[in-house]
Amino acid sequence: MELTSKGLKDFFREVVEMIEKEKDYLCDLDRKLGDGDHGVTMSIGWQAVEEKLNNELIEIEDCGKLSVAVGKTFLNAVGSSVGPLYATGFMRGAKTSKNKAVLNDCDLTEYWIAFAKGVKDRGQAEVGDKTMVDTLEPFARKLETSFTNSQDFELAFSEAVNAAEEGMNSTKDIISKKGRSSRLGERSIGAQDPGATSAYFILSTFLQFIKNNSAKTV
Amino acid sequence: MKKLVNNPVNVVEEMVEGYVRAHPDYIRQLPSNDRALVTARETKEGKVGILIGGGSGHEPAFMGYVGEGLADGVAVGNIFASPSPDPILEVTKAIDKGAGVVYLYGNYAGDVMNFGMAAEMADLEEDIEVGMALATDDVASAPKAEKDKRRGIAGELFIYKAAGAAADFGYNLEDVVRVANKANDHIRSMGVGTSPCYLPQTGEPSFEIGEDEMEIGLGHHGEPGLEKGPLETADRIADRLVHDILADIEIVKGDEVAVLVNGLGSTPKMDLYIVYRRVEQILSERGVKIYRSYVGDYITSLEMGGCSVTLMKLDEELTDMIDHPVDCPMFVQK
Repeated sequence: MELTSKGLKDFFREVVEMIEKEKDYLCDLDRKLGDGDHGVTMSIGWQAVEEKLNNELIEIEDCGKLSVAVGKTFLNAVGSSVGPLYATGFMRGAKTSKNKAVLNDCDLTEYWIAFAKGVKDRGQAEVGDKTMVDTLEPFARKLETSFTNSQDFELAFSEAVNAAEEGMNSTKDIISKKGRSSRLGERSIGAQDPGATSAYFILSTFLQFIKNNSAKTV
Repeated sequence: MKKLVNNPVNVVEEMVEGYVRAHPDYIRQLPSNDRALVTARETKEGKVGILIGGGSGHEPAFMGYVGEGLADGVAVGNIFASPSPDPILEVTKAIDKGAGVVYLYGNYAGDVMNFGMAAEMADLEEDIEVGMALATDDVASAPKAEKDKRRGIAGELFIYKAAGAAADFGYNLEDVVRVANKANDHIRSMGVGTSPCYLPQTGEPSFEIGEDEMEIGLGHHGEPGLEKGPLETADRIADRLVHDILADIEIVKGDEVAVLVNGLGSTPKMDLYIVYRRVEQILSERGVKIYRSYVGDYITSLEMGGCSVTLMKLDEELTDMIDHPVDCPMFVQK
Protein backbone atom coordinates (compact mmCIF):
# COMPACT_ATOMS: atom_id res chain seq x y z
CA MET A 1 0.00 0.00 0.00
CA GLU A 2 0.94 3.63 -0.20
CA LEU A 3 0.12 6.29 2.35
CA THR A 4 0.17 9.91 1.28
CA SER A 5 0.58 12.83 3.65
CA LYS A 6 -3.15 13.40 3.27
CA GLY A 7 -3.73 9.81 4.37
CA LEU A 8 -1.43 10.31 7.34
CA LYS A 9 -3.42 13.40 8.32
CA ASP A 10 -6.68 11.46 8.00
CA PHE A 11 -5.22 8.79 10.28
CA PHE A 12 -4.26 11.41 12.89
CA ARG A 13 -7.81 12.74 12.74
CA GLU A 14 -9.17 9.26 13.38
CA VAL A 15 -6.94 9.04 16.44
CA VAL A 16 -8.45 12.33 17.66
CA GLU A 17 -11.93 10.86 17.25
CA MET A 18 -11.01 7.55 18.86
CA ILE A 19 -9.47 9.28 21.92
CA GLU A 20 -12.64 11.32 22.45
CA LYS A 21 -14.63 8.08 22.43
CA GLU A 22 -12.27 6.23 24.78
CA LYS A 23 -11.43 9.16 27.05
CA ASP A 24 -13.63 8.10 29.97
CA TYR A 25 -12.58 4.47 29.74
CA LEU A 26 -8.89 5.48 29.87
CA CYS A 27 -9.58 7.69 32.90
CA ASP A 28 -11.36 4.79 34.61
CA LEU A 29 -8.36 2.53 34.05
CA ASP A 30 -6.02 5.24 35.33
CA ARG A 31 -8.03 5.78 38.49
CA LYS A 32 -7.03 2.28 39.61
CA LEU A 33 -3.33 2.93 39.02
CA GLY A 34 -2.68 6.65 38.94
CA ASP A 35 -4.49 9.91 39.26
CA GLY A 36 -7.30 9.13 36.85
CA ASP A 37 -6.45 11.60 34.12
CA HIS A 38 -4.92 9.55 31.30
CA GLY A 39 -7.93 9.99 29.02
CA VAL A 40 -8.01 13.71 29.73
CA THR A 41 -4.30 14.05 29.01
CA MET A 42 -4.56 12.15 25.74
CA SER A 43 -7.57 14.25 24.77
CA ILE A 44 -5.78 17.54 25.51
CA GLY A 45 -2.86 16.42 23.35
CA TRP A 46 -4.83 15.12 20.40
CA GLN A 47 -7.20 18.07 20.41
CA ALA A 48 -4.14 20.29 20.05
CA VAL A 49 -2.96 18.09 17.19
CA GLU A 50 -6.31 18.46 15.44
CA GLU A 51 -6.14 22.22 15.77
CA LYS A 52 -2.67 22.14 14.21
CA LEU A 53 -3.85 19.85 11.39
CA ASN A 54 -6.63 22.28 10.58
CA ASN A 55 -4.31 25.28 10.49
CA GLU A 56 -0.54 25.36 10.11
CA LEU A 57 -0.33 21.83 8.72
CA ILE A 58 -2.92 22.14 5.95
CA GLU A 59 -0.31 22.71 3.26
CA ILE A 60 2.35 20.34 4.62
CA GLU A 61 2.97 17.38 2.32
CA ASP A 62 6.17 16.04 3.85
CA CYS A 63 5.29 13.09 6.10
CA GLY A 64 8.43 13.75 8.13
CA LYS A 65 7.57 17.37 8.84
CA LEU A 66 4.02 16.37 9.59
CA SER A 67 5.13 13.80 12.16
CA VAL A 68 7.56 16.21 13.85
CA ALA A 69 4.79 18.79 14.12
CA VAL A 70 2.36 16.23 15.56
CA GLY A 71 4.93 15.09 18.12
CA LYS A 72 5.90 18.59 19.19
CA THR A 73 2.30 19.80 19.35
CA PHE A 74 1.30 16.86 21.49
CA LEU A 75 4.31 17.42 23.77
CA ASN A 76 3.67 21.11 24.26
CA ALA A 77 0.01 20.57 24.97
CA VAL A 78 0.41 17.87 27.60
CA GLY A 79 3.90 17.70 29.09
CA SER A 80 3.23 14.88 31.57
CA SER A 81 5.00 11.60 30.88
CA VAL A 82 3.05 10.67 27.77
CA GLY A 83 4.13 13.96 26.15
CA PRO A 84 7.84 13.17 25.85
CA LEU A 85 7.07 9.51 25.13
CA TYR A 86 4.73 10.06 22.17
CA ALA A 87 6.73 13.06 20.97
CA THR A 88 9.87 10.94 20.79
CA GLY A 89 7.93 8.19 19.01
CA PHE A 90 6.57 10.50 16.33
CA MET A 91 9.89 12.31 15.92
CA ARG A 92 11.67 9.01 15.36
CA GLY A 93 8.95 8.12 12.86
CA ALA A 94 9.60 11.49 11.25
CA LYS A 95 13.25 10.63 10.77
CA THR A 96 12.33 7.60 8.67
CA SER A 97 9.84 9.57 6.57
CA LYS A 98 11.87 12.74 6.04
CA ASN A 99 11.24 14.42 2.68
CA LYS A 100 8.67 11.80 1.71
CA ALA A 101 5.21 12.78 0.52
CA VAL A 102 4.20 9.14 0.10
CA LEU A 103 5.12 6.19 2.32
CA ASN A 104 5.31 2.70 0.83
CA ASP A 105 5.16 -0.66 2.66
CA CYS A 106 8.84 -0.51 3.54
CA ASP A 107 8.64 3.08 4.78
CA LEU A 108 5.59 2.34 6.92
CA THR A 109 7.26 -0.65 8.51
CA GLU A 110 10.30 1.45 9.36
CA TYR A 111 8.10 4.27 10.60
CA TRP A 112 6.23 2.18 13.14
CA ILE A 113 9.29 0.29 14.34
CA ALA A 114 11.10 3.60 14.88
CA PHE A 115 8.02 4.93 16.66
CA ALA A 116 7.93 2.03 19.11
CA LYS A 117 11.69 2.15 19.71
CA GLY A 118 11.55 5.90 20.32
CA VAL A 119 8.99 5.50 23.08
CA LYS A 120 11.05 2.76 24.67
CA ASP A 121 14.29 4.76 24.54
CA ARG A 122 12.71 7.80 26.13
CA GLY A 123 10.93 5.97 28.92
CA GLN A 124 13.65 3.41 29.61
CA ALA A 125 11.00 0.83 30.45
CA GLU A 126 11.22 -2.88 29.67
CA VAL A 127 8.56 -5.43 28.82
CA GLY A 128 6.99 -6.49 32.11
CA ASP A 129 7.16 -3.06 33.75
CA LYS A 130 3.44 -2.50 33.08
CA THR A 131 3.76 0.43 30.64
CA MET A 132 3.17 1.33 26.99
CA VAL A 133 6.24 -0.75 26.18
CA ASP A 134 4.29 -3.93 26.95
CA THR A 135 2.14 -3.07 23.96
CA LEU A 136 4.76 -1.50 21.72
CA GLU A 137 7.69 -3.87 21.97
CA PRO A 138 5.89 -7.09 20.98
CA PHE A 139 4.16 -5.03 18.30
CA ALA A 140 7.43 -3.81 16.80
CA ARG A 141 9.06 -7.21 17.03
CA LYS A 142 6.18 -8.90 15.26
CA LEU A 143 5.98 -6.18 12.62
CA GLU A 144 9.64 -6.57 11.81
CA THR A 145 9.69 -10.38 11.53
CA SER A 146 6.35 -10.64 9.80
CA PHE A 147 7.21 -7.99 7.22
CA THR A 148 10.62 -9.52 6.57
CA ASN A 149 8.93 -12.86 5.87
CA SER A 150 5.91 -11.72 3.92
CA GLN A 151 6.86 -8.32 2.46
CA ASP A 152 3.16 -7.56 2.97
CA PHE A 153 2.73 -4.54 5.22
CA GLU A 154 -0.99 -4.93 5.78
CA LEU A 155 -0.63 -8.53 6.86
CA ALA A 156 2.41 -7.76 8.99
CA PHE A 157 0.73 -4.80 10.67
CA SER A 158 -2.37 -6.84 11.38
CA GLU A 159 -0.31 -9.58 13.06
CA ALA A 160 1.66 -6.95 14.94
CA VAL A 161 -1.55 -5.42 16.32
CA ASN A 162 -2.55 -8.87 17.60
CA ALA A 163 0.78 -9.04 19.41
CA ALA A 164 0.15 -5.54 20.75
CA GLU A 165 -3.23 -6.65 22.08
CA GLU A 166 -1.69 -9.62 23.85
CA GLY A 167 0.91 -7.30 25.31
CA MET A 168 -1.75 -4.90 26.52
CA ASN A 169 -3.71 -7.72 28.13
CA SER A 170 -0.58 -8.99 29.86
CA THR A 171 -0.36 -5.76 31.85
CA LYS A 172 -3.33 -6.91 33.95
CA ASP A 173 -1.27 -9.61 35.58
CA ILE A 174 1.94 -7.77 36.34
CA ILE A 175 3.20 -5.50 39.08
CA SER A 176 3.87 -1.99 37.97
CA LYS A 177 7.54 -1.03 37.92
CA LYS A 178 7.57 2.41 36.27
CA GLY A 179 5.86 5.72 36.78
CA ARG A 180 3.57 6.74 39.59
CA SER A 181 1.80 3.38 39.73
CA SER A 182 5.07 1.62 40.58
CA ARG A 183 4.46 2.70 44.17
CA LEU A 184 1.42 0.46 44.29
CA GLY A 185 3.40 -2.77 44.24
CA GLU A 186 1.10 -5.79 44.54
CA ARG A 187 -1.96 -3.59 44.55
CA SER A 188 -1.37 -2.89 40.87
CA ILE A 189 -2.12 -6.50 39.93
CA GLY A 190 -5.46 -6.94 38.17
CA ALA A 191 -5.56 -3.46 36.68
CA GLN A 192 -4.81 -3.01 32.99
CA ASP A 193 -2.27 -0.29 32.27
CA PRO A 194 -3.93 2.78 30.72
CA GLY A 195 -0.80 3.76 28.76
CA ALA A 196 -0.51 0.28 27.26
CA THR A 197 -4.21 0.52 26.41
CA SER A 198 -4.12 3.87 24.62
CA ALA A 199 -1.01 2.76 22.72
CA TYR A 200 -2.94 -0.30 21.55
CA PHE A 201 -5.89 1.88 20.56
CA ILE A 202 -3.66 4.06 18.38
CA LEU A 203 -2.19 1.03 16.62
CA SER A 204 -5.58 -0.59 16.11
CA THR A 205 -6.93 2.70 14.77
CA PHE A 206 -4.17 2.63 12.16
CA LEU A 207 -5.00 -0.98 11.32
CA GLN A 208 -8.68 -0.15 10.89
CA PHE A 209 -7.68 2.86 8.82
CA ILE A 210 -5.57 0.86 6.38
CA LYS A 211 -8.22 -1.89 6.18
CA ASN A 212 -10.86 0.66 5.25
CA ASN A 213 -8.61 2.10 2.61
CA SER A 214 -6.82 -1.03 1.42
CA ALA A 215 -5.89 -1.58 -2.20
CA LYS A 216 -5.64 2.07 -2.91
CA THR A 217 -3.39 5.00 -2.24
CA VAL A 218 -4.65 7.04 0.69
CA MET B 1 -18.46 17.78 43.03
CA LYS B 2 -19.09 21.51 43.10
CA LYS B 3 -16.33 23.70 41.72
CA LEU B 4 -16.10 27.37 40.93
CA VAL B 5 -14.97 27.04 37.35
CA ASN B 6 -16.02 28.04 33.87
CA ASN B 7 -15.14 25.60 31.10
CA PRO B 8 -13.11 22.85 32.87
CA VAL B 9 -10.78 22.74 29.86
CA ASN B 10 -9.56 26.25 30.66
CA VAL B 11 -8.96 25.98 34.40
CA VAL B 12 -5.16 26.24 34.27
CA GLU B 13 -5.09 29.17 31.82
CA GLU B 14 -7.71 31.07 33.80
CA MET B 15 -6.04 30.42 37.12
CA VAL B 16 -2.66 31.61 35.84
CA GLU B 17 -4.26 34.70 34.36
CA GLY B 18 -5.95 35.49 37.66
CA TYR B 19 -2.76 34.90 39.61
CA VAL B 20 -0.49 37.14 37.56
CA ARG B 21 -3.14 39.87 37.54
CA ALA B 22 -3.55 39.60 41.31
CA HIS B 23 0.18 39.91 41.96
CA PRO B 24 1.67 42.05 39.19
CA ASP B 25 4.37 43.40 41.49
CA TYR B 26 5.62 39.85 42.06
CA ILE B 27 5.20 37.86 38.89
CA ARG B 28 4.74 38.19 35.15
CA GLN B 29 3.94 35.92 32.23
CA LEU B 30 6.54 35.68 29.48
CA PRO B 31 5.17 36.82 26.12
CA SER B 32 6.65 33.70 24.50
CA ASN B 33 4.68 31.20 26.61
CA ASP B 34 1.63 31.62 28.87
CA ARG B 35 2.82 28.80 31.09
CA ALA B 36 6.20 30.46 31.71
CA LEU B 37 6.15 32.83 34.69
CA VAL B 38 9.06 34.80 36.12
CA THR B 39 9.64 37.20 38.96
CA ALA B 40 8.56 40.77 38.21
CA ARG B 41 11.53 42.09 40.19
CA GLU B 42 15.07 42.57 38.99
CA THR B 43 17.40 39.75 39.94
CA LYS B 44 21.12 40.30 40.43
CA GLU B 45 23.55 39.66 37.58
CA GLY B 46 25.63 36.62 38.34
CA LYS B 47 23.02 35.03 40.62
CA VAL B 48 22.16 31.39 39.93
CA GLY B 49 18.58 31.22 38.66
CA ILE B 50 16.13 29.01 40.57
CA LEU B 51 13.47 27.37 38.42
CA ILE B 52 10.65 25.37 39.95
CA GLY B 53 7.65 23.72 38.43
CA GLY B 54 5.28 20.84 38.14
CA GLY B 55 1.65 20.13 37.52
CA SER B 56 -1.18 22.44 38.49
CA GLY B 57 -3.56 21.55 41.28
CA HIS B 58 -0.97 21.95 44.05
CA GLU B 59 -1.61 25.65 44.70
CA PRO B 60 -0.07 27.69 46.16
CA ALA B 61 2.70 25.50 44.72
CA PHE B 62 4.38 26.08 42.50
CA MET B 63 3.84 29.58 41.15
CA GLY B 64 3.18 30.92 44.65
CA TYR B 65 6.84 30.38 45.45
CA VAL B 66 8.27 32.73 42.86
CA GLY B 67 9.61 35.72 44.75
CA GLU B 68 12.54 37.00 46.76
CA GLY B 69 14.47 34.33 48.60
CA LEU B 70 12.84 31.46 46.72
CA ALA B 71 12.40 30.87 42.98
CA ASP B 72 13.00 33.22 40.05
CA GLY B 73 10.65 31.44 37.68
CA VAL B 74 8.14 28.65 37.33
CA ALA B 75 6.90 26.41 34.53
CA VAL B 76 3.23 25.52 34.91
CA GLY B 77 1.88 22.16 33.77
CA ASN B 78 -1.64 20.84 33.30
CA ILE B 79 -3.38 19.44 36.35
CA PHE B 80 -1.08 16.91 38.01
CA ALA B 81 1.02 16.74 34.84
CA SER B 82 4.56 17.94 34.30
CA PRO B 83 4.99 21.07 32.18
CA SER B 84 6.38 20.41 28.71
CA PRO B 85 9.98 21.43 27.89
CA ASP B 86 8.87 24.62 26.11
CA PRO B 87 7.85 26.76 29.10
CA ILE B 88 10.76 25.35 31.13
CA LEU B 89 13.18 26.46 28.43
CA GLU B 90 11.59 29.91 28.13
CA VAL B 91 11.86 30.48 31.89
CA THR B 92 15.46 29.24 31.81
CA LYS B 93 16.36 31.81 29.17
CA ALA B 94 14.60 34.60 31.06
CA ILE B 95 16.14 33.97 34.49
CA ASP B 96 19.70 33.07 33.48
CA LYS B 97 21.95 35.84 34.77
CA GLY B 98 25.14 34.32 33.47
CA ALA B 99 25.56 31.86 36.34
CA GLY B 100 23.27 29.10 35.10
CA VAL B 101 19.92 27.85 36.31
CA VAL B 102 18.96 25.14 38.79
CA TYR B 103 15.80 23.11 38.23
CA LEU B 104 14.02 21.92 41.37
CA TYR B 105 11.17 19.45 41.01
CA GLY B 106 9.63 16.32 42.44
CA ASN B 107 10.72 12.87 41.41
CA TYR B 108 8.00 11.85 38.95
CA ALA B 109 8.57 10.13 35.60
CA GLY B 110 6.94 12.95 33.63
CA ASP B 111 8.87 15.72 35.37
CA VAL B 112 12.14 13.84 35.00
CA MET B 113 11.59 13.51 31.22
CA ASN B 114 10.34 17.04 30.53
CA PHE B 115 12.85 18.86 32.75
CA GLY B 116 15.57 16.59 31.39
CA MET B 117 14.66 17.45 27.78
CA ALA B 118 14.54 21.16 28.64
CA ALA B 119 17.97 20.96 30.30
CA GLU B 120 19.41 19.34 27.17
CA MET B 121 17.87 22.04 24.99
CA ALA B 122 19.15 24.82 27.28
CA ASP B 123 22.64 23.41 27.00
CA LEU B 124 22.64 22.68 23.24
CA GLU B 125 20.55 25.56 21.89
CA GLU B 126 21.11 28.33 24.41
CA ASP B 127 24.45 27.46 25.97
CA ILE B 128 23.00 27.86 29.47
CA GLU B 129 24.35 25.62 32.19
CA VAL B 130 21.60 23.78 34.07
CA GLY B 131 21.81 21.93 37.37
CA MET B 132 19.06 19.79 38.82
CA ALA B 133 17.93 18.57 42.22
CA LEU B 134 14.95 16.31 42.79
CA ALA B 135 12.76 15.97 45.85
CA THR B 136 12.46 12.38 47.11
CA ASP B 137 11.13 13.01 50.61
CA ASP B 138 8.12 10.68 50.84
CA VAL B 139 9.18 7.78 53.04
CA ALA B 140 5.99 5.85 52.22
CA SER B 141 6.72 5.66 48.51
CA ALA B 142 9.72 3.31 48.46
CA PRO B 143 12.00 1.58 50.96
CA LYS B 144 14.98 3.48 52.35
CA ALA B 145 17.44 1.52 50.22
CA GLU B 146 15.67 2.94 47.15
CA LYS B 147 15.45 6.56 48.27
CA ASP B 148 16.14 7.74 44.72
CA LYS B 149 12.85 6.12 43.67
CA ARG B 150 10.78 7.97 46.23
CA ARG B 151 8.40 10.68 45.13
CA GLY B 152 8.63 14.28 46.22
CA ILE B 153 5.86 15.73 48.37
CA ALA B 154 5.60 18.71 50.73
CA GLY B 155 9.26 18.58 51.77
CA GLU B 156 10.01 20.16 48.41
CA LEU B 157 9.23 23.50 50.05
CA PHE B 158 12.36 23.19 52.21
CA ILE B 159 14.43 22.40 49.13
CA TYR B 160 13.20 25.60 47.47
CA LYS B 161 14.00 27.42 50.69
CA ALA B 162 17.54 26.04 50.89
CA ALA B 163 18.39 26.47 47.21
CA GLY B 164 16.76 29.89 46.99
CA ALA B 165 18.79 31.12 49.95
CA ALA B 166 22.02 29.59 48.61
CA ALA B 167 21.52 31.36 45.28
CA ASP B 168 20.90 34.65 47.13
CA PHE B 169 24.07 34.14 49.16
CA GLY B 170 25.99 34.07 45.88
CA TYR B 171 26.77 30.36 45.80
CA ASN B 172 27.74 29.07 42.36
CA LEU B 173 25.66 26.56 40.40
CA GLU B 174 27.48 23.53 41.75
CA ASP B 175 27.05 24.71 45.33
CA VAL B 176 23.39 25.55 44.93
CA VAL B 177 22.83 22.01 43.62
CA ARG B 178 24.88 20.62 46.51
CA VAL B 179 22.79 22.53 49.07
CA ALA B 180 19.53 21.46 47.41
CA ASN B 181 20.62 17.82 47.43
CA LYS B 182 21.79 18.09 50.99
CA ALA B 183 18.44 19.54 51.99
CA ASN B 184 16.72 16.63 50.25
CA ASP B 185 18.92 14.16 52.12
CA HIS B 186 17.92 15.81 55.40
CA ILE B 187 14.18 15.88 54.66
CA ARG B 188 11.60 13.19 55.30
CA SER B 189 7.84 13.44 54.84
CA MET B 190 4.83 11.23 55.14
CA GLY B 191 1.16 11.91 54.59
CA VAL B 192 -2.32 10.69 55.31
CA GLY B 193 -5.35 11.06 53.06
CA THR B 194 -8.90 11.30 54.34
CA SER B 195 -10.83 12.26 51.20
CA PRO B 196 -10.07 12.39 47.47
CA CYS B 197 -9.79 15.34 45.14
CA TYR B 198 -11.86 15.67 41.98
CA LEU B 199 -10.29 16.47 38.61
CA PRO B 200 -12.18 19.38 37.04
CA GLN B 201 -12.31 17.70 33.63
CA THR B 202 -13.78 14.39 34.81
CA GLY B 203 -15.53 15.33 38.05
CA GLU B 204 -14.47 11.92 39.32
CA PRO B 205 -12.71 11.27 42.64
CA SER B 206 -8.97 10.64 42.32
CA PHE B 207 -9.22 7.56 44.53
CA GLU B 208 -11.84 5.60 46.43
CA ILE B 209 -12.02 5.83 50.17
CA GLY B 210 -14.82 5.12 52.64
CA GLU B 211 -16.37 7.81 54.87
CA ASP B 212 -14.70 6.31 57.94
CA GLU B 213 -11.38 5.41 56.33
CA MET B 214 -7.97 6.97 55.86
CA GLU B 215 -5.02 6.06 53.68
CA ILE B 216 -1.60 6.14 55.31
CA GLY B 217 1.25 7.17 53.03
CA LEU B 218 -0.98 8.67 50.37
CA GLY B 219 0.76 10.53 47.55
CA HIS B 220 0.20 14.08 46.43
CA HIS B 221 -1.84 13.04 43.40
CA GLY B 222 -3.95 10.49 45.22
CA GLU B 223 -1.48 7.69 44.60
CA PRO B 224 -2.31 4.90 47.00
CA GLY B 225 -0.09 4.71 50.05
CA LEU B 226 0.96 1.95 52.36
CA GLU B 227 -2.40 0.89 53.70
CA LYS B 228 -6.02 1.82 54.06
CA GLY B 229 -7.57 1.60 57.51
CA PRO B 230 -10.21 3.05 59.80
CA LEU B 231 -9.84 6.76 60.49
CA GLU B 232 -7.90 7.37 63.68
CA THR B 233 -7.50 10.37 65.97
CA ALA B 234 -5.16 13.24 65.09
CA ASP B 235 -2.75 12.12 67.81
CA ARG B 236 -2.62 8.53 66.57
CA ILE B 237 -2.06 9.72 63.00
CA ALA B 238 0.71 12.11 64.04
CA ASP B 239 2.30 9.30 66.07
CA ARG B 240 2.33 7.05 63.04
CA LEU B 241 3.70 9.65 60.62
CA VAL B 242 6.46 10.81 62.97
CA HIS B 243 7.29 7.22 63.90
CA ASP B 244 7.82 6.22 60.25
CA ILE B 245 9.86 9.36 59.57
CA LEU B 246 12.12 8.83 62.58
CA ALA B 247 12.60 5.19 61.61
CA ASP B 248 14.02 6.46 58.34
CA ILE B 249 16.36 9.24 59.43
CA GLU B 250 18.42 9.55 62.57
CA ILE B 251 17.16 12.51 64.56
CA VAL B 252 18.26 12.31 68.20
CA LYS B 253 18.28 14.31 71.39
CA GLY B 254 19.86 17.69 70.89
CA ASP B 255 19.21 17.80 67.15
CA GLU B 256 17.39 20.74 65.65
CA VAL B 257 14.70 20.38 62.99
CA ALA B 258 12.36 22.41 60.86
CA VAL B 259 8.81 21.05 60.87
CA LEU B 260 6.13 21.41 58.22
CA VAL B 261 2.58 20.24 58.78
CA ASN B 262 1.07 20.61 55.33
CA GLY B 263 -2.63 20.52 54.52
CA LEU B 264 -3.70 18.78 51.31
CA GLY B 265 -6.45 21.24 50.42
CA SER B 266 -9.65 20.77 52.37
CA THR B 267 -8.38 20.01 55.84
CA PRO B 268 -8.98 22.95 58.18
CA LYS B 269 -6.13 24.75 59.91
CA MET B 270 -7.75 23.65 63.16
CA ASP B 271 -6.97 20.03 62.34
CA LEU B 272 -3.47 20.90 61.14
CA TYR B 273 -2.64 22.64 64.42
CA ILE B 274 -4.02 19.69 66.38
CA VAL B 275 -1.65 17.44 64.40
CA TYR B 276 1.22 19.90 64.96
CA ARG B 277 0.53 19.89 68.68
CA ARG B 278 1.18 16.16 68.83
CA VAL B 279 4.24 16.36 66.55
CA GLU B 280 5.70 18.97 68.90
CA GLN B 281 4.98 16.77 71.94
CA ILE B 282 6.72 13.76 70.41
CA LEU B 283 9.79 15.74 69.43
CA SER B 284 10.00 17.53 72.79
CA GLU B 285 9.78 14.22 74.63
CA ARG B 286 12.73 13.03 72.59
CA GLY B 287 14.72 16.19 73.30
CA VAL B 288 14.61 17.32 69.66
CA LYS B 289 14.42 21.08 69.27
CA ILE B 290 12.02 22.58 66.75
CA TYR B 291 13.96 25.49 65.30
CA ARG B 292 11.21 26.64 62.94
CA SER B 293 7.72 25.43 62.21
CA TYR B 294 5.38 25.87 59.29
CA VAL B 295 1.71 24.92 59.49
CA GLY B 296 -0.66 25.46 56.59
CA ASP B 297 -1.55 24.61 53.00
CA TYR B 298 1.82 24.85 51.25
CA ILE B 299 1.59 22.14 48.61
CA THR B 300 -1.95 20.88 48.12
CA SER B 301 -3.82 18.46 45.94
CA LEU B 302 -6.95 20.37 44.88
CA GLU B 303 -9.58 19.66 47.55
CA MET B 304 -8.01 16.50 48.88
CA GLY B 305 -8.41 15.92 52.60
CA GLY B 306 -5.51 15.02 54.82
CA CYS B 307 -2.07 16.29 55.66
CA SER B 308 1.58 15.43 55.67
CA VAL B 309 4.33 15.90 58.22
CA THR B 310 7.83 16.88 57.11
CA LEU B 311 10.97 17.06 59.20
CA MET B 312 14.24 18.58 58.03
CA LYS B 313 17.23 17.86 60.18
CA LEU B 314 19.25 21.05 60.40
CA ASP B 315 22.96 21.66 60.42
CA GLU B 316 24.67 25.03 60.51
CA GLU B 317 24.44 25.62 56.77
CA LEU B 318 20.80 24.53 56.46
CA THR B 319 19.91 26.69 59.48
CA ASP B 320 21.28 29.73 57.63
CA MET B 321 19.20 28.76 54.62
CA ILE B 322 16.00 28.24 56.57
CA ASP B 323 16.50 31.62 58.31
CA HIS B 324 16.84 33.52 55.03
CA PRO B 325 13.90 35.90 54.51
CA VAL B 326 11.35 35.18 51.83
CA ASP B 327 8.83 37.44 50.13
CA CYS B 328 6.35 35.70 47.85
CA PRO B 329 2.63 36.29 47.42
CA MET B 330 1.91 32.97 49.15
CA PHE B 331 4.78 32.79 51.60
CA VAL B 332 6.42 35.55 53.62
CA GLN B 333 9.14 34.96 56.17
CA LYS B 334 10.83 37.92 57.79
